[in-house]
Amino acid sequence: MDSVNRFGPELILLAMAAVIILADIGWALAGTGAERMRRPALGALALTGTAASIIWSALLIAFDEQGEAFSGMIRVDDFALFFNFLFAGTAAIVILASIDFLRRNRFVAEYYALILASTAGMMLLASTIDLIAIFVALELTGISLYILVAFMKDGRSSEAGLKYLLLGAISSAVALYGMAYLFGITGSTSLDEIGLVVSEANGETRSALVLAMVFLIAGFGFKMAIVPFQMWVPDVYEGAPTPVTAFLSVGSKAAGFAVVMRIFLTALGDGSISSDWATVFAILAAISMSLGNITALVQGNIKRMLGYSSIAQAGTFLIGLAVVAAADPQLLLGTSAVLFFLGTYAFTNLGAFIAVIAISSKIGSDQIADYAGVAKRSPLLALGLTICLLSLTGIPPTAGFIAKVYVFNAAVQADLVWLAIVGVLNSVVAAYYYLRVVLNMYTAEPASEESIQPGYYLGLAMVVAVVGLLVIGIFPSPLLEASEAAARVFG
Amino acid sequence: MDWVLLALIAIPIGAVLVFMLIPSRYPQLVRNVALVSGFAMFALSVLVFVKYEFEGGSGFRFDLQLAWLENVAFLGKDGISLHLAVDGISAPMVLLTGIVIFAGVFISWNIDYRNKDYFVLLFLLVSGVFGVFLSLDLFFLFFFYEVAVLPMYLLIAVWGTSSHFGTFTRPKEYAAMKLVLYLVGGSALIFVGIFATFMEAGQGTFDLPVLGAVTYDENFQKVVFPLYALGFGILAGLWPFHTWSPDGHVAAPTAVSMLHAGVLMKLGAFGILRVAITLFPEGAQFWAPVLMTLGVTGALYGAISAMAQRDLKYMVGYSSVSHMGFVLMGLATLTTIGVNGAVLQMFAHGVMTALMFAMVGAVYDQAHVRDMTMFGGLAQKTPRLAAFFAIAGLSSLGLPGLAGFVAEFHIFVGAFNTYPWAGALGILAAAITATYILRMLAMVFFGPFNERWAGLKEMRRGEQFGGALLIAFIIFMGVWPAPFIDRISESVEFILRVGASGP
Repeated sequence: MDSVNRFGPELILLAMAAVIILADIGWALAGTGAERMRRPALGALALTGTAASIIWSALLIAFDEQGEAFSGMIRVDDFALFFNFLFAGTAAIVILASIDFLRRNRFVAEYYALILASTAGMMLLASTIDLIAIFVALELTGISLYILVAFMKDGRSSEAGLKYLLLGAISSAVALYGMAYLFGITGSTSLDEIGLVVSEANGETRSALVLAMVFLIAGFGFKMAIVPFQMWVPDVYEGAPTPVTAFLSVGSKAAGFAVVMRIFLTALGDGSISSDWATVFAILAAISMSLGNITALVQGNIKRMLGYSSIAQAGTFLIGLAVVAAADPQLLLGTSAVLFFLGTYAFTNLGAFIAVIAISSKIGSDQIADYAGVAKRSPLLALGLTICLLSLTGIPPTAGFIAKVYVFNAAVQADLVWLAIVGVLNSVVAAYYYLRVVLNMYTAEPASEESIQPGYYLGLAMVVAVVGLLVIGIFPSPLLEASEAAARVFG
Repeated sequence: MDWVLLALIAIPIGAVLVFMLIPSRYPQLVRNVALVSGFAMFALSVLVFVKYEFEGGSGFRFDLQLAWLENVAFLGKDGISLHLAVDGISAPMVLLTGIVIFAGVFISWNIDYRNKDYFVLLFLLVSGVFGVFLSLDLFFLFFFYEVAVLPMYLLIAVWGTSSHFGTFTRPKEYAAMKLVLYLVGGSALIFVGIFATFMEAGQGTFDLPVLGAVTYDENFQKVVFPLYALGFGILAGLWPFHTWSPDGHVAAPTAVSMLHAGVLMKLGAFGILRVAITLFPEGAQFWAPVLMTLGVTGALYGAISAMAQRDLKYMVGYSSVSHMGFVLMGLATLTTIGVNGAVLQMFAHGVMTALMFAMVGAVYDQAHVRDMTMFGGLAQKTPRLAAFFAIAGLSSLGLPGLAGFVAEFHIFVGAFNTYPWAGALGILAAAITATYILRMLAMVFFGPFNERWAGLKEMRRGEQFGGALLIAFIIFMGVWPAPFIDRISESVEFILRVGASGP
């Protein structure tokens, strides 16, 4: 019973996904009379699912129910619970932002069900400690997302979906190959046992381990959207329905980092091999930040720009992973830096994409040039987007500032001063393209004077995101403590 | 009295919140709130100054420490707290900020275009400025520093004006972006410096007095000092990284130019003194000749560039570069008298450049041109404007009895004691200053009256009041500098570790 109990947050999401599909069939049978209630009711069901998942996770903490489940396949610890909150919260905000967006779409039920299923997969990615289960969770997340990306079924969306599917399938295969190597070397699929064998590895097995490590980085690098596995990002971000883009950029990316931390810190956390992958991550971090930011400079489409910026941000998270391999105290610092950054980034990027949903659906364009004068047409949306962009730049008093301080501080403490310098120089480049959007919204003349009013739910989602990132920026202690507690799992 | 410093930061933030609640159809209400809170800041800053200067006790006073982050491993054992205090150096800076923002509210009275948003950004900027001057915690100093820099961007980009020259134009958006990128670049250097300091000190705190008690390795000091000096120096208009400053000042709306040239550039010089020179005396010794060279170059270069300008506002903008060059020269002497002079110059230049920008704004609002060759004899139509402008100019060229003289005198004495060649070149820069100021006054206000300006009216009453306020302090410091000098030198001696006084 303990197993089911600990699996509860995921289980309830999957159950709710099934309920939504069944309820939709019920509506179809009931005829057109009840049609008016269908969309709000399905949205409410989906939100209830995420809320129940959050509450269940909170209860697990309250009753001290952390532990393993399903004979050592899943470990529900502070790390897994941290991501439970992150993913369920992200899903809730994405669902809120989708309600207005799906007003004219027939397949509402399928959409919500897929979001919930994908969320369950992400949670599972953070909590499984067995290679087989990790792969299952990876596919659960991925397949739901492939469909969601192609959900609009128009040219761009289908193209994006196909691209995402093909590259996603390849990267899964590569990751699986890496896992097979690990299994072949160590004879076990359990991360703990792999870790034991790895710590005793001699020279020969070590080089095989390096190969496995490279495959794993390549496979999961796709999910994390880091250079050189970032090619899909701009096209998919541009083509996917914007709420799905938001979900991809936050949920999927965080899931990638969760599973990478789980595998690399548990199975490959031993001193000699960890310095190898830390170096790889340090180099990838520098390249991701620089390439992402420089390419973002020339983007005219705001979704593509945010896509490149998310590549750059992923590079910043990687700094945290690169720090991990230094001496022991840094282990905690690097991991918790990544976790804290992911938490703030969730609010920031969701807020930015929600603003894009609200503005773009009204002006019918994703071009930054068409954002001219938005501040006149909707002062609050412009303010919200500005705050999110400032947070991405890392300007106080937003959450992004604290996150930037945290990560760069970790880098300096681990003697990676060069990486910190690359990082801060990149923030200068980033300031340019983020502020360009702000500038355009506030100074250019609008094409029309008609005001832009976001729908009620969209507005609510925006308020949650913006207030969240300001509160974290001014009172970061709770999130800091949570991420340090989660990082201590690997201590 | 503990609350005073917190109130100085909280009042502008509170005003920002009030502005946001006011519907934008009540512009007059916005102005009144701005006036009341501006006065409150002015009154409190005068109170802080007077209490500090004329009551016993030295070193840091009105100390206030509020815990912000505790029990988190990420930044050391003591966490981070909001630590505010004022000393002989920051007291005049606080007063300066109070004066300039209060005058700035009057000057901004006639802004009609989205005046609510304007005041929101202006007051946000001021809260950051107060925060930097008052913070004794390196983390918060940087925090407020960034808060102060950013509103500038929108203030220039939205309310600013583009400059048109014969063959090309300088759009305000260009100026705004240039300014922000320079300053963000500078703060990136400071950012690295702060964490390097934190690591090297190993005290687990960002508290400046604690960090100041540590003796740092000499090589470390030599590496880190330029990070800070350059990072803060960019904001202080350090040559050759000054080019954002004339463009930014010219593009900005009048009150923002006043705050920016008057106060914001002082943040840079203040940062060099408060952080770099205080923490790394040996690094400062090592780099002082370089800083002195760049300071002198800036002073001369700014003065010569100002000489070449026909645009009134660009002239004032370049004169700011030149005067900030004097400040850096004063800092680079590393002697009590020189650094005293630098702090005095920060105050003196702050009030007089604010006055100059206010007067240029008053002319431009009516004439819509700033080319000084197009004016002539304006003193006949607008005697008060001419008088105010003349006072600012005379203070700028260092006429005894006005604030500029006191400051420059100290700086030149300090410079002659340490680097005589620099002192000589500094005097040369001052002579060029006198030339371009007097030439400008002659061209614009005196000589034959240009009939084109027959319709020109005297300044608005708000402008007159704001100007008079600034003039009062220019004269106050010019004729009775003692309260400034005494307390400044106490704190400076403590920083330079010359005397044994201080906390």
